[in-house]
Amino acid sequence: MVRRESGSSTFSRAGMLAAAALLACAIIFAEGQASSHALDTPPRLLSETGLYADAGALVVDPRNLPFSPQYPLWSDSAAKSRWIRLPSGGVIDGSDADAWTFPIGTRFWKEFSFEGHRVETRYMELQANGKWLYASYEWSPDGRDATLAPDRGRRDAFALGHGRFHGIPGTADCKVCHQGGPAEVLGFSTLQLSPAVDAAALHGASGAAGIKLDYLIANGLIKGYERWPSLAPVIEARSKAERLVLGYLHGNCGQCHNSRASLANLGMFLREELLLLPGSVVETIVGKPVKKSAPGQSADATYRIDPGHPERSALLQRLSSRYPALQMPPLGTVLVDDEAVAVVTKWIAELKVKEGQ
Amino acid sequence: MKHYVFGLALLLPLVGTVAAQEAANPDLVKRGEYLVNAMGCHDCHTPLKMGPNGPEPDMSRGLSGHPQEIKITAPAVVSDPWIGASSATNTAHSGPWGVSFTANLTSDPETGVLRDYTEAQFLQMMRTGRKQGQGRAILPPMPWPPFGKLNDDDLKAIFAYLKQVPPIKNKVPDPIPPKQ
Repeated sequence: MVRRESGSSTFSRAGMLAAAALLACAIIFAEGQASSHALDTPPRLLSETGLYADAGALVVDPRNLPFSPQYPLWSDSAAKSRWIRLPSGGVIDGSDADAWTFPIGTRFWKEFSFEGHRVETRYMELQANGKWLYASYEWSPDGRDATLAPDRGRRDAFALGHGRFHGIPGTADCKVCHQGGPAEVLGFSTLQLSPAVDAAALHGASGAAGIKLDYLIANGLIKGYERWPSLAPVIEARSKAERLVLGYLHGNCGQCHNSRASLANLGMFLREELLLLPGSVVETIVGKPVKKSAPGQSADATYRIDPGHPERSALLQRLSSRYPALQMPPLGTVLVDDEAVAVVTKWIAELKVKEGQ
Repeated sequence: MKHYVFGLALLLPLVGTVAAQEAANPDLVKRGEYLVNAMGCHDCHTPLKMGPNGPEPDMSRGLSGHPQEIKITAPAVVSDPWIGASSATNTAHSGPWGVSFTANLTSDPETGVLRDYTEAQFLQMMRTGRKQGQGRAILPPMPWPPFGKLNDDDLKAIFAYLKQVPPIKNKVPDPIPPKQ
């Protein structure tokens, strides 16, 4: 549960979105900020997306603001760099603390590197029609530029060893996660950019880097923040171990498993939400029976989290597998996140101890 | 178990299923039935049986997927240049992905694959090729890439039709992983 005030705010999200879209359209067209490429047609080269001020030297345009979510998505140990570019005069509408609305023309980049080599850069752009454009660019071996990847992605983009490869996602793959909830932007949000950075977050070594909520507020880049319960939200948990797990689940599972997502009917909410979560994340998993057993799941794994029994907890079995029909997350990784497995295993084992006390 | 090699084309008649029993929008359901019949959903989701004219769909099992009583325990073994094989019912398919079994698309509340799907999830599933739009990948030979190009109205019609197809209780087995 994220620390928040009692009570909840009610508002018309559809109306807000419509108003925001109209405002954003007005801004974009008044200032001539529309992208030069055709609708739904990403530029052929990464250097044509506006990431660099000097493409030859790969100097990032200073108008592109670096950021780091404090609870990052783990992607086979890839090192990542991220930037956002707001259109001139564009302001994020943060009235909905759990689903920000971005101005038309907003662009995001996420660069993936393995062993010091840039492999791919993913790109999102909010187009004039209000729809996000998704594209992935694969870097040339000489590292000078990156070219638009095939629409279905590339499965063997970088050899990770033992016959495994990091794959560049196809456009449909992007939408699996990004179109699962009320906001298509996932890592740039209230909790992820909290200035109260969780120093213990798993894989969060760079979590303090880049802009935070206070930067956005101080520079007039976001509005509606006065409705947030806190300007420095943190995950409230009963123990350090629980907070560690909740942060990891937020960044790696919550994009699909949350109370406002398409999968909300599963009743498993792994995203920390500031306003709308009816109960805590823990309550939706600990001691809760699985709805449908996945292929490869053991017959005794009848609970999402079975207190004291990590070996028969379905969530952990799926986190620990890379059999495609069983693994979670279902895409984006080909390796098991051993650190996460260790953390979640320890947490589940300790749940039994607590119950016995 | 007999197998048909993929190279053999199976030409099936276009068939209808039982008319809608309960439907909020009869026109939508009718459109969905038309699309399901025209697009070949029965080819794999309705088991074939042998008749006087060769393999034909067993409409007593319409859209109920791979029959639970037909047990398959391992992928087919084929030699070059073949890459895969299909069961005699055309409801189990073996290839580099292992063995996939076609889903029970009927409205059975216990075994129908769509029992927990919302309309939005169905549309997302057809667009992304993943269970409920976001889960594990749907295995070959489900032709979701071309089907996913249908517009929202057509996909909604298909969903509306499938949700009222008479229930047939048939628990389709889990897929079998490929041999390592």
